[in-house]
Amino acid sequence: MRRLSDLANPTRFLALVDRVLPWLAGASLVVLAVGLWLGFTAPEDFQQGITVRIMYIHVPFAWLSMFCYSLMAASALGTLVWRHPLADVALKSAAPIGATFTALALATGSIWGKPMWGTWWVWDARLTSVFVLFLMYLGIMALTRALDDPSKSARAAAVITLVGFVNIPIIKFSVDWWNTLHQPASVFRLDGPTIDASMLWPLMVTAVGFTLLFITLHLMAMRTEIWRRRVIAMRQIAARRAERPSAG
Amino acid sequence: MTRKQKRLSVIAGGLGFLAVAVGLTFYALGQKASYFYMPADLANVTLEPGQRIRLGGLVEKGTIVRDQGTEVEFSVTDTERSVKVAYSGILPDLFREEQGVITEGSFGPDGVFVADSVLAKHDENYMPKEVADSLKAKGVWQEETQ
Repeated sequence: MRRLSDLANPTRFLALVDRVLPWLAGASLVVLAVGLWLGFTAPEDFQQGITVRIMYIHVPFAWLSMFCYSLMAASALGTLVWRHPLADVALKSAAPIGATFTALALATGSIWGKPMWGTWWVWDARLTSVFVLFLMYLGIMALTRALDDPSKSARAAAVITLVGFVNIPIIKFSVDWWNTLHQPASVFRLDGPTIDASMLWPLMVTAVGFTLLFITLHLMAMRTEIWRRRVIAMRQIAARRAERPSAG
Repeated sequence: MTRKQKRLSVIAGGLGFLAVAVGLTFYALGQKASYFYMPADLANVTLEPGQRIRLGGLVEKGTIVRDQGTEVEFSVTDTERSVKVAYSGILPDLFREEQGVITEGSFGPDGVFVADSVLAKHDENYMPKEVADSLKAKGVWQEETQ
Protein backbone atom coordinates (compact mmCIF):
# COMPACT_ATOMS: atom_id res chain seq x y z
CA MET A 1 0.00 0.00 0.00
CA ARG A 2 2.93 2.30 0.75
CA ARG A 3 4.20 1.82 -2.81
CA LEU A 4 0.78 2.46 -4.32
CA SER A 5 0.36 5.67 -2.39
CA ASP A 6 3.81 6.83 -3.50
CA LEU A 7 2.56 6.46 -7.06
CA ALA A 8 -0.48 8.57 -6.24
CA ASN A 9 1.76 11.50 -7.02
CA PRO A 10 1.30 11.81 -10.82
CA THR A 11 4.70 13.45 -11.27
CA ARG A 12 6.46 10.50 -9.65
CA PHE A 13 4.28 8.15 -11.70
CA LEU A 14 5.17 9.95 -14.95
CA ALA A 15 8.89 9.77 -14.11
CA LEU A 16 8.58 6.01 -13.52
CA VAL A 17 6.62 5.53 -16.77
CA ASP A 18 9.24 7.45 -18.75
CA ARG A 19 11.95 5.21 -17.32
CA VAL A 20 10.25 1.81 -17.94
CA LEU A 21 8.41 2.48 -21.23
CA PRO A 22 11.36 1.98 -23.65
CA TRP A 23 12.24 -1.34 -21.97
CA LEU A 24 8.63 -2.53 -21.97
CA ALA A 25 8.12 -1.57 -25.62
CA GLY A 26 11.36 -3.30 -26.63
CA ALA A 27 10.55 -6.42 -24.61
CA SER A 28 7.05 -6.73 -26.08
CA LEU A 29 8.43 -6.39 -29.64
CA VAL A 30 11.07 -9.08 -29.06
CA VAL A 31 8.74 -11.51 -27.24
CA LEU A 32 6.00 -11.03 -29.85
CA ALA A 33 8.44 -11.61 -32.72
CA VAL A 34 9.74 -14.80 -31.08
CA GLY A 35 6.20 -15.94 -30.26
CA LEU A 36 4.90 -15.40 -33.80
CA TRP A 37 7.93 -17.20 -35.24
CA LEU A 38 7.30 -20.13 -32.87
CA GLY A 39 3.62 -20.04 -33.86
CA PHE A 40 4.43 -20.26 -37.55
CA THR A 41 6.88 -23.12 -37.04
CA ALA A 42 4.71 -25.07 -34.54
CA PRO A 43 3.29 -28.39 -35.80
CA GLU A 44 -0.12 -28.46 -37.44
CA ASP A 45 -3.10 -29.81 -35.49
CA PHE A 46 -4.24 -33.39 -36.13
CA GLN A 47 -7.76 -32.32 -37.04
CA GLN A 48 -7.64 -28.60 -37.80
CA GLY A 49 -4.45 -28.60 -39.87
CA ILE A 50 -2.86 -25.24 -40.56
CA THR A 51 -5.95 -23.30 -39.45
CA VAL A 52 -4.91 -23.88 -35.83
CA ARG A 53 -2.25 -21.16 -36.15
CA ILE A 54 -4.85 -18.45 -35.66
CA MET A 55 -5.06 -19.75 -32.07
CA TYR A 56 -1.70 -18.07 -31.31
CA ILE A 57 -3.30 -14.63 -31.72
CA HIS A 58 -6.99 -15.36 -31.03
CA VAL A 59 -6.42 -16.83 -27.55
CA PRO A 60 -4.12 -14.00 -26.28
CA PHE A 61 -6.64 -11.41 -27.57
CA ALA A 62 -9.45 -13.19 -25.72
CA TRP A 63 -7.44 -13.54 -22.50
CA LEU A 64 -6.42 -9.88 -22.59
CA SER A 65 -10.00 -8.76 -23.21
CA MET A 66 -10.86 -10.32 -19.83
CA PHE A 67 -7.58 -9.33 -18.12
CA CYS A 68 -8.11 -5.70 -19.12
CA TYR A 69 -11.64 -5.71 -17.73
CA SER A 70 -10.43 -7.25 -14.45
CA LEU A 71 -7.79 -4.52 -14.21
CA MET A 72 -10.51 -1.91 -14.79
CA ALA A 73 -12.66 -3.48 -12.06
CA ALA A 74 -9.70 -3.30 -9.64
CA SER A 75 -9.21 0.36 -10.64
CA ALA A 76 -12.91 0.97 -10.03
CA LEU A 77 -12.45 -0.29 -6.46
CA GLY A 78 -9.45 2.05 -6.18
CA THR A 79 -11.64 4.97 -7.22
CA LEU A 80 -14.64 4.14 -5.05
CA VAL A 81 -12.91 2.89 -1.88
CA TRP A 82 -9.49 4.51 -1.67
CA ARG A 83 -10.12 7.55 -3.91
CA HIS A 84 -6.76 6.84 -5.50
CA PRO A 85 -6.15 9.69 -7.98
CA LEU A 86 -4.60 7.43 -10.64
CA ALA A 87 -7.27 4.71 -10.43
CA ASP A 88 -9.69 6.69 -12.59
CA VAL A 89 -6.91 7.47 -15.08
CA ALA A 90 -6.11 3.74 -15.25
CA LEU A 91 -9.77 2.78 -15.79
CA LYS A 92 -10.47 5.42 -18.43
CA SER A 93 -7.34 4.78 -20.47
CA ALA A 94 -7.71 0.96 -20.35
CA ALA A 95 -11.23 0.93 -21.83
CA PRO A 96 -10.36 1.65 -25.51
CA ILE A 97 -7.47 -0.85 -25.38
CA GLY A 98 -9.75 -3.51 -23.91
CA ALA A 99 -12.41 -2.77 -26.53
CA THR A 100 -9.80 -3.20 -29.27
CA PHE A 101 -8.56 -6.53 -27.91
CA THR A 102 -12.18 -7.74 -27.57
CA ALA A 103 -12.97 -6.70 -31.14
CA LEU A 104 -9.82 -8.49 -32.34
CA ALA A 105 -10.79 -11.63 -30.38
CA LEU A 106 -14.27 -11.55 -31.97
CA ALA A 107 -12.85 -10.94 -35.47
CA THR A 108 -10.14 -13.62 -35.31
CA GLY A 109 -12.63 -16.04 -33.76
CA SER A 110 -15.01 -15.38 -36.62
CA ILE A 111 -12.26 -15.97 -39.20
CA TRP A 112 -11.38 -19.21 -37.39
CA GLY A 113 -15.02 -20.26 -37.09
CA LYS A 114 -15.86 -20.06 -40.77
CA PRO A 115 -13.50 -22.83 -41.97
CA MET A 116 -13.72 -25.02 -38.84
CA TRP A 117 -17.31 -24.74 -37.65
CA GLY A 118 -18.81 -23.73 -40.96
CA THR A 119 -20.17 -20.38 -39.76
CA TRP A 120 -18.88 -16.86 -39.05
CA TRP A 121 -21.09 -16.34 -36.03
CA VAL A 122 -23.64 -18.06 -33.81
CA TRP A 123 -25.43 -16.72 -30.75
CA ASP A 124 -24.15 -19.35 -28.35
CA ALA A 125 -23.36 -18.51 -24.72
CA ARG A 126 -19.61 -17.94 -25.19
CA LEU A 127 -19.82 -15.75 -28.29
CA THR A 128 -22.78 -13.78 -26.93
CA SER A 129 -21.16 -13.09 -23.55
CA VAL A 130 -17.95 -11.85 -25.23
CA PHE A 131 -20.07 -9.61 -27.48
CA VAL A 132 -21.73 -8.24 -24.32
CA LEU A 133 -18.21 -7.54 -22.96
CA PHE A 134 -17.46 -5.54 -26.11
CA LEU A 135 -20.66 -3.50 -25.61
CA MET A 136 -19.70 -2.94 -21.94
CA TYR A 137 -16.37 -1.48 -23.06
CA LEU A 138 -18.11 0.87 -25.49
CA GLY A 139 -20.54 1.96 -22.77
CA ILE A 140 -17.74 2.64 -20.28
CA MET A 141 -15.80 4.60 -22.93
CA ALA A 142 -18.85 6.75 -23.56
CA LEU A 143 -19.53 7.24 -19.85
CA THR A 144 -15.96 8.29 -18.98
CA ARG A 145 -16.32 11.04 -21.58
CA ALA A 146 -19.95 12.00 -20.99
CA LEU A 147 -19.85 14.31 -17.98
CA ASP A 148 -18.01 17.62 -17.64
CA ASP A 149 -17.06 16.99 -14.03
CA PRO A 150 -14.28 14.34 -14.19
CA SER A 151 -14.82 13.13 -10.61
CA LYS A 152 -18.53 12.51 -11.30
CA SER A 153 -17.89 10.58 -14.50
CA ALA A 154 -15.12 8.66 -12.71
CA ARG A 155 -17.58 7.47 -10.04
CA ALA A 156 -20.28 6.60 -12.58
CA ALA A 157 -17.82 4.66 -14.75
CA ALA A 158 -16.42 2.85 -11.69
CA VAL A 159 -19.91 1.71 -10.60
CA ILE A 160 -20.81 0.48 -14.09
CA THR A 161 -17.46 -1.30 -14.42
CA LEU A 162 -18.01 -3.16 -11.14
CA VAL A 163 -21.56 -4.13 -12.13
CA GLY A 164 -20.31 -5.41 -15.49
CA PHE A 165 -17.67 -7.53 -13.77
CA VAL A 166 -20.30 -10.29 -13.28
CA ASN A 167 -19.86 -10.95 -16.99
CA ILE A 168 -16.24 -12.10 -16.59
CA PRO A 169 -16.98 -15.40 -14.77
CA ILE A 170 -19.93 -15.88 -17.14
CA ILE A 171 -17.57 -15.69 -20.13
CA LYS A 172 -15.08 -18.06 -18.49
CA PHE A 173 -17.62 -20.71 -17.47
CA SER A 174 -20.19 -20.29 -20.29
CA VAL A 175 -18.64 -23.26 -22.11
CA ASP A 176 -19.08 -25.47 -19.02
CA TRP A 177 -22.53 -24.33 -17.91
CA TRP A 178 -24.29 -24.59 -21.28
CA ASN A 179 -23.98 -26.51 -24.52
CA THR A 180 -22.09 -24.18 -26.83
CA LEU A 181 -20.56 -24.37 -30.29
CA HIS A 182 -17.33 -23.05 -28.79
CA GLN A 183 -15.22 -25.84 -27.29
CA PRO A 184 -14.41 -25.91 -23.53
CA ALA A 185 -11.23 -24.40 -22.07
CA SER A 186 -7.95 -25.96 -23.20
CA VAL A 187 -5.39 -24.23 -20.96
CA PHE A 188 -6.88 -23.03 -17.66
CA ARG A 189 -8.68 -26.17 -16.50
CA LEU A 190 -8.48 -28.22 -13.34
CA ASP A 191 -7.02 -31.34 -14.94
CA GLY A 192 -4.28 -29.45 -16.80
CA PRO A 193 -3.97 -28.20 -20.38
CA THR A 194 -5.25 -30.31 -23.25
CA ILE A 195 -2.87 -28.73 -25.74
CA ASP A 196 0.26 -30.65 -26.66
CA ALA A 197 3.42 -29.00 -25.27
CA SER A 198 4.73 -28.31 -28.79
CA MET A 199 1.72 -26.04 -29.38
CA LEU A 200 1.28 -24.76 -25.83
CA TRP A 201 4.73 -23.13 -25.66
CA PRO A 202 4.28 -20.84 -28.69
CA LEU A 203 0.87 -19.86 -27.27
CA MET A 204 2.38 -18.97 -23.89
CA VAL A 205 5.11 -16.85 -25.54
CA THR A 206 2.65 -14.90 -27.71
CA ALA A 207 0.40 -14.47 -24.66
CA VAL A 208 3.27 -12.96 -22.67
CA GLY A 209 4.19 -10.78 -25.69
CA PHE A 210 0.67 -9.40 -26.10
CA THR A 211 0.42 -8.85 -22.33
CA LEU A 212 3.64 -6.79 -22.42
CA LEU A 213 2.20 -4.88 -25.39
CA PHE A 214 -0.97 -4.26 -23.40
CA ILE A 215 0.99 -2.91 -20.41
CA THR A 216 3.04 -0.68 -22.73
CA LEU A 217 -0.05 0.74 -24.45
CA HIS A 218 -1.86 1.18 -21.15
CA LEU A 219 1.01 3.12 -19.53
CA MET A 220 1.27 5.32 -22.64
CA ALA A 221 -2.47 5.97 -22.56
CA MET A 222 -2.32 6.79 -18.82
CA ARG A 223 0.56 9.23 -19.44
CA THR A 224 -1.44 10.93 -22.20
CA GLU A 225 -4.50 11.18 -19.95
CA ILE A 226 -2.49 12.77 -17.11
CA TRP A 227 -1.02 15.30 -19.56
CA ARG A 228 -4.50 15.98 -20.96
CA ARG A 229 -5.85 16.72 -17.46
CA ARG A 230 -2.91 19.01 -16.74
CA VAL A 231 -3.51 20.95 -19.95
CA ILE A 232 -7.18 21.37 -19.03
CA ALA A 233 -6.26 22.52 -15.51
CA MET A 234 -3.71 25.03 -16.88
CA ARG A 235 -6.23 26.38 -19.38
CA GLN A 236 -8.73 26.90 -16.57
CA ILE A 237 -6.14 28.78 -14.50
CA ALA A 238 -5.20 30.89 -17.51
CA ALA A 239 -8.85 31.65 -18.24
CA ARG A 240 -9.44 32.68 -14.63
CA ARG A 241 -6.46 34.99 -14.75
CA ALA A 242 -7.63 36.49 -18.03
CA GLU A 243 -11.02 37.28 -16.47
CA ARG A 244 -9.38 39.28 -13.67
CA PRO A 245 -6.48 41.07 -15.31
CA SER A 246 -5.92 43.29 -12.25
CA ALA A 247 -5.39 40.26 -10.00
CA GLY A 248 -2.59 38.92 -12.23
CA MET B 1 -15.06 1.07 11.07
CA THR B 2 -13.22 3.61 8.99
CA ARG B 3 -14.87 5.30 6.04
CA LYS B 4 -12.82 3.18 3.63
CA GLN B 5 -13.98 -0.03 5.27
CA LYS B 6 -17.55 1.23 5.15
CA ARG B 7 -17.33 2.01 1.44
CA LEU B 8 -15.71 -1.36 0.79
CA SER B 9 -18.45 -3.23 2.65
CA VAL B 10 -21.19 -1.32 0.79
CA ILE B 11 -19.57 -2.31 -2.52
CA ALA B 12 -19.03 -5.92 -1.42
CA GLY B 13 -22.66 -6.12 -0.31
CA GLY B 14 -23.89 -4.65 -3.59
CA LEU B 15 -21.77 -7.00 -5.68
CA GLY B 16 -22.83 -9.98 -3.56
CA PHE B 17 -26.48 -9.06 -4.07
CA LEU B 18 -25.88 -8.70 -7.81
CA ALA B 19 -24.09 -12.07 -7.97
CA VAL B 20 -26.99 -13.79 -6.20
CA ALA B 21 -29.50 -12.14 -8.57
CA VAL B 22 -27.54 -13.22 -11.64
CA GLY B 23 -27.04 -16.72 -10.21
CA LEU B 24 -30.79 -17.12 -9.59
CA THR B 25 -31.56 -15.87 -13.11
CA PHE B 26 -29.23 -18.44 -14.66
CA TYR B 27 -30.60 -21.14 -12.37
CA ALA B 28 -34.12 -20.33 -13.59
CA LEU B 29 -32.92 -20.15 -17.17
CA GLY B 30 -31.24 -23.55 -16.86
CA GLN B 31 -30.43 -25.24 -20.12
CA LYS B 32 -32.66 -22.81 -22.05
CA ALA B 33 -29.51 -20.77 -22.62
CA SER B 34 -27.88 -23.77 -24.29
CA TYR B 35 -27.24 -23.51 -27.98
CA PHE B 36 -28.42 -27.02 -28.80
CA TYR B 37 -30.10 -30.16 -27.44
CA MET B 38 -28.33 -33.47 -27.20
CA PRO B 39 -30.32 -36.60 -28.15
CA ALA B 40 -30.84 -37.60 -24.49
CA ASP B 41 -32.25 -34.09 -23.70
CA LEU B 42 -35.08 -34.66 -26.19
CA ALA B 43 -36.86 -36.98 -23.73
CA ASN B 44 -37.37 -34.01 -21.40
CA VAL B 45 -38.74 -31.50 -23.93
CA THR B 46 -42.05 -31.43 -25.72
CA LEU B 47 -41.73 -30.28 -29.30
CA GLU B 48 -44.54 -28.97 -31.49
CA PRO B 49 -44.73 -30.75 -34.84
CA GLY B 50 -42.35 -28.93 -37.16
CA GLN B 51 -40.74 -26.87 -34.38
CA ARG B 52 -37.20 -25.85 -35.26
CA ILE B 53 -34.47 -26.88 -32.84
CA ARG B 54 -30.74 -27.45 -32.87
CA LEU B 55 -29.54 -30.96 -32.22
CA GLY B 56 -25.92 -31.65 -31.33
CA GLY B 57 -23.77 -34.66 -30.64
CA LEU B 58 -21.28 -36.97 -32.28
CA VAL B 59 -21.69 -38.46 -35.74
CA GLU B 60 -22.19 -42.13 -34.94
CA LYS B 61 -19.61 -44.48 -36.43
CA GLY B 62 -20.71 -46.30 -39.56
CA THR B 63 -23.98 -44.41 -40.01
CA ILE B 64 -22.98 -41.97 -42.78
CA VAL B 65 -24.93 -42.77 -45.95
CA ARG B 66 -24.27 -40.57 -48.97
CA ASP B 67 -26.84 -40.48 -51.77
CA GLN B 68 -26.35 -38.95 -55.17
CA GLY B 69 -25.58 -35.27 -55.09
CA THR B 70 -25.34 -33.55 -51.74
CA GLU B 71 -27.85 -35.63 -49.81
CA VAL B 72 -26.46 -37.36 -46.77
CA GLU B 73 -27.90 -39.27 -43.82
CA PHE B 74 -26.18 -39.95 -40.52
CA SER B 75 -27.00 -40.52 -36.87
CA VAL B 76 -26.20 -38.04 -34.12
CA THR B 77 -25.49 -39.68 -30.78
CA ASP B 78 -24.54 -38.73 -27.25
CA THR B 79 -23.61 -42.39 -26.59
CA GLU B 80 -26.93 -42.73 -24.73
CA ARG B 81 -29.47 -42.18 -27.49
CA SER B 82 -29.07 -41.49 -31.17
CA VAL B 83 -31.20 -39.65 -33.70
CA LYS B 84 -31.24 -40.14 -37.46
CA VAL B 85 -30.54 -36.92 -39.39
CA ALA B 86 -31.11 -36.17 -43.07
CA TYR B 87 -29.29 -33.24 -44.65
CA SER B 88 -28.76 -31.86 -48.11
CA GLY B 89 -25.96 -29.39 -48.65
CA ILE B 90 -22.26 -28.78 -48.21
CA LEU B 91 -20.76 -30.28 -45.07
CA PRO B 92 -17.98 -28.52 -43.11
CA ASP B 93 -14.42 -29.81 -43.60
CA LEU B 94 -14.29 -31.29 -40.10
CA PHE B 95 -17.40 -33.42 -40.67
CA ARG B 96 -16.59 -37.10 -40.25
CA GLU B 97 -17.38 -40.12 -38.09
CA GLU B 98 -17.22 -39.48 -34.34
CA GLN B 99 -16.87 -35.75 -34.88
CA GLY B 100 -19.01 -33.29 -32.91
CA VAL B 101 -21.72 -31.62 -35.00
CA ILE B 102 -24.62 -29.23 -34.41
CA THR B 103 -27.52 -29.58 -36.82
CA GLU B 104 -30.50 -27.26 -37.16
CA GLY B 105 -33.91 -28.23 -38.45
CA SER B 106 -37.04 -30.08 -37.36
CA PHE B 107 -38.35 -33.59 -36.97
CA GLY B 108 -40.25 -35.03 -39.93
CA PRO B 109 -43.37 -37.16 -39.44
CA ASP B 110 -41.25 -40.32 -39.73
CA GLY B 111 -39.06 -39.34 -36.76
CA VAL B 112 -36.07 -38.41 -38.93
CA PHE B 113 -34.52 -35.04 -38.08
CA VAL B 114 -34.42 -32.99 -41.29
CA ALA B 115 -31.55 -30.53 -40.98
CA ASP B 116 -30.91 -27.50 -43.17
CA SER B 117 -27.58 -26.60 -41.58
CA VAL B 118 -24.74 -28.66 -40.14
CA LEU B 119 -21.95 -27.04 -38.11
CA ALA B 120 -18.83 -28.90 -37.01
CA LYS B 121 -17.83 -28.71 -33.37
CA HIS B 122 -14.29 -29.49 -32.43
CA ASP B 123 -13.09 -30.44 -28.97
CA GLU B 124 -10.55 -28.77 -26.70
CA ASN B 125 -7.69 -31.14 -27.59
CA TYR B 126 -4.89 -29.78 -29.73
CA MET B 127 -1.92 -31.92 -30.77
CA PRO B 128 0.28 -32.59 -33.79
CA LYS B 129 -0.79 -35.41 -36.09
CA GLU B 130 2.19 -37.58 -35.06
CA VAL B 131 1.17 -37.37 -31.40
CA ALA B 132 -2.43 -38.29 -32.26
CA ASP B 133 -1.20 -41.24 -34.34
CA SER B 134 1.09 -42.52 -31.61
CA LEU B 135 -1.69 -42.21 -29.03
CA LYS B 136 -3.93 -44.26 -31.31
CA ALA B 137 -1.16 -46.81 -31.86
CA LYS B 138 -0.65 -47.20 -28.12
CA GLY B 139 -4.38 -47.66 -27.67
CA VAL B 140 -4.76 -44.81 -25.19
CA TRP B 141 -6.76 -42.62 -27.59
CA GLN B 142 -9.92 -41.26 -25.99
CA GLU B 143 -12.75 -40.33 -28.27
CA GLU B 144 -14.54 -37.13 -27.35
CA THR B 145 -17.56 -37.83 -25.22
CA GLN B 146 -19.26 -34.43 -25.02
